[in-house]
Amino acid sequence: MAVRTQFENSTDIGVFSKLTNAYCLTALASSTNFYSVFESELADVIPIVHTTIGGTRIVGRLTAGNRHGLLVPSTTTDQELQHLRNALPPSVAIQRIEERLSALGNVIACNDYVALVHPDIDRETEEIIADTLKVEVFRQTVANNVLVGSYCALSNQGGLVHPKTSRSELDELSSLLQVPLVAGTVNRGSEVIGAGLVVNDWCAFTGLDTTATEISVIEATFRLQGQTSAAVIGEMRDSLIDHYV
Amino acid sequence: MVAMQYEPDSAGQESYILCADCGTVISSANGAGLCVGCLRNTVDITEGIPKEATLNFCRGCERFLSPPQTWVSCQPESRELLAICLKKIARPLLKVRLIDASFIWTEPHSRRVKVKVTIQKEVLANTVLQQTFELLLVVHTGQCPQCTRLAAKNTWKASVQVRQKVTHKRTFLWLEQLILKHNAHKDTINIAEKRDGLDFFYAERNTAIKMVEFLAGVVPVRSKASEQLISNDTHSNTSNYKFTYSVEIVPVCKDDLVCLPRNQAKAWGNISPLTICSRVGNTIHLLDPMTLQQTDVTAPVYWRQPFDSLATVTDLVEFIVLDVEPSGPIRGKYVLADAQIVRSSGNGNNNVDDEGMGDDGIFHTRTHLGGILQPGDTVLGYHLTNANFNDEAFESLDVDRIPDVILVKKTYPNRRKKSKPRNWKLRSIAKEAEDVNESEKTVGRGALGRRGGVDQKNVERDYELFLRDLEEDKEMRAAINLYKAQQKQQEEEADQDGDVGMSDQPTTANKKSGSGQKGGKKRSTTTNTGMQVDQDMVVPSAQGDDTDADDEEEEDFPEIDMDELLEHFEEMEMGPEEAEQEQ
Repeated sequence: MAVRTQFENSTDIGVFSKLTNAYCLTALASSTNFYSVFESELADVIPIVHTTIGGTRIVGRLTAGNRHGLLVPSTTTDQELQHLRNALPPSVAIQRIEERLSALGNVIACNDYVALVHPDIDRETEEIIADTLKVEVFRQTVANNVLVGSYCALSNQGGLVHPKTSRSELDELSSLLQVPLVAGTVNRGSEVIGAGLVVNDWCAFTGLDTTATEISVIEATFRLQGQTSAAVIGEMRDSLIDHYV
Repeated sequence: MVAMQYEPDSAGQESYILCADCGTVISSANGAGLCVGCLRNTVDITEGIPKEATLNFCRGCERFLSPPQTWVSCQPESRELLAICLKKIARPLLKVRLIDASFIWTEPHSRRVKVKVTIQKEVLANTVLQQTFELLLVVHTGQCPQCTRLAAKNTWKASVQVRQKVTHKRTFLWLEQLILKHNAHKDTINIAEKRDGLDFFYAERNTAIKMVEFLAGVVPVRSKASEQLISNDTHSNTSNYKFTYSVEIVPVCKDDLVCLPRNQAKAWGNISPLTICSRVGNTIHLLDPMTLQQTDVTAPVYWRQPFDSLATVTDLVEFIVLDVEPSGPIRGKYVLADAQIVRSSGNGNNNVDDEGMGDDGIFHTRTHLGGILQPGDTVLGYHLTNANFNDEAFESLDVDRIPDVILVKKTYPNRRKKSKPRNWKLRSIAKEAEDVNESEKTVGRGALGRRGGVDQKNVERDYELFLRDLEEDKEMRAAINLYKAQQKQQEEEADQDGDVGMSDQPTTANKKSGSGQKGGKKRSTTTNTGMQVDQDMVVPSAQGDDTDADDEEEEDFPEIDMDELLEHFEEMEMGPEEAEQEQ
């Protein structure tokens, strides 16, 4: 299910929120409308955390994470870190990274298994990403943009990338990620996918300008149609059992 | 089976997305993420461009207003009209790129003009959209300012009235040539001949002022400006005036005899009061032929205390020089000399002089023409002993000190008798007759003589005298433009006008090579009433009898070189067919 929302009249909701399979971060807003939208979809399933990062509200762009962990930039204060630690489940590892490219959300795009990162990121950071998020890390670009986090949105089911991503690049990326990828837009033709869309395995939130066509593309890509959290968790459990057996 | 070829680049490089609005598959090359149709629905690049405008059309002259002020006559669906139409939306069009514009046919009576305009504009990030729209122009009929003025019989805004209170027209003939040479009549909308002068009409005041300034630059004048209120708008505080400039030219002409009042003569370098006017340029040049003393009189000085000429060119009589003896002083081209002269009696009017002096008829006089006079020459002068002047200043002169004769200029009567056609001609300002109804009868020398009838003979005579002056005076020629005459044309016209009887030159006398140009250079219209080729004019006084052809020509006649003449009669008034139409 994809839900349209906006953050204080801004349709770039990916800037102000971070959604994973295990938790959701939202920025502190003057009203709780934005939070309420997430709450109505995600309450009782995963914790939704109101927070700032380094005193700013652009939490979506500054952090990167999946169900295994959360990476925060060096600007994050101890207090914020403590708050996050208290709010997030203990299974989620939180790691503060000393990285020159501190907008981690822009330079890292990841699902629970694979992460695409900015080609210029530190080797040390790359290792931390791999350790904390428990992912394979690939230095990549999307449609010649180095800010992979800004120009794609990934889940374990699929991924939406920059509209100008060529067919061959789509093939290459989807072979790395092992999920089907689609080039598309959000917010009525905007190519900044990461800013307009947050997605996990069973639900997605997009900017208010997103058209029905874009919604249908998103739902088809991320296999959100008819999916509920229960179904997804059931499926996950099946695969886990399958894995263990 | 069709052979498939693997082209990694062309196959892999393109990318497709779904249009955000309609969901059709489009290439993502366009940065908007929308298909062209949806993009066009979203953004209107013609926004801010008016789709309706008005065209102003003058019914009288069938011209369109090209903003801000020009009125242009243009055909329907012409480029000019399209330019006017697009000018209506010129400012909004600056923000977009104009690709194409064309007319859509409309019924003329609908008073609508439709223009299809195609424009391009960049929308969003590097996406150029092209759009076509219709511009509807409603034709508003009205009157242009010219037609308004014409309808109100109010065609001019400023006029220059040039007047010279003399009996002849030579000054104006000279002025006409000066005006032509300096192209001073460029903005003149009409020229009318009035008693003692000409009226020049102008559409704008400043062009009239320019004309007044030009006149003040070439002749001594005094001018007076006056204005007449035509209309007044109290709301906008604007008034509409007609301006009239009255320009009076000094009535003293070249070669006139002038008698200055005694005090004035004293003030001007103690010159002898009895002087001749040697030249009229910006100022009047007075010359005392007895002493070669000269003085310049500027226009302001003249008008402070105006004087009139004592005798004019028409009062000149011919003398034959018997002897010339230079007496020493030389000033410029003037050489003071003592001359013995006798009245010439061989020029037809010999009876005038019969009473004579009672003696041998020889006069002794002092002259400034010592440089050019030879014994046997013919010279023109004022015969003062015969004259009866009614002038206070002249009467106050000491009678004993008044010379019998004052010689003014050398003349060439034998040359005149040959009735040689002139190989040059003058341009004229083509003008309309003062009264259209009279156009059949009117005849003229350029600006003059248009009134026909009474004046005509005088004008013809003045014109011939003017042409002779030009021939005999190099300085005068230098100030104006002379043109090569068209010899062949002349012959034809002589043939046509054979019945007029004034062209007495043999028609075959002047075959010239290279004269086969066509007749655009005809100077004068030919009418049945006696209009003539300029060169054929013969003044009655010199006409005499052509029998004594054995007279030898004067050696020192100031011939006009062919080099002096200009080749082209550019912007000449009428071609032959136009001339015929006018008749």
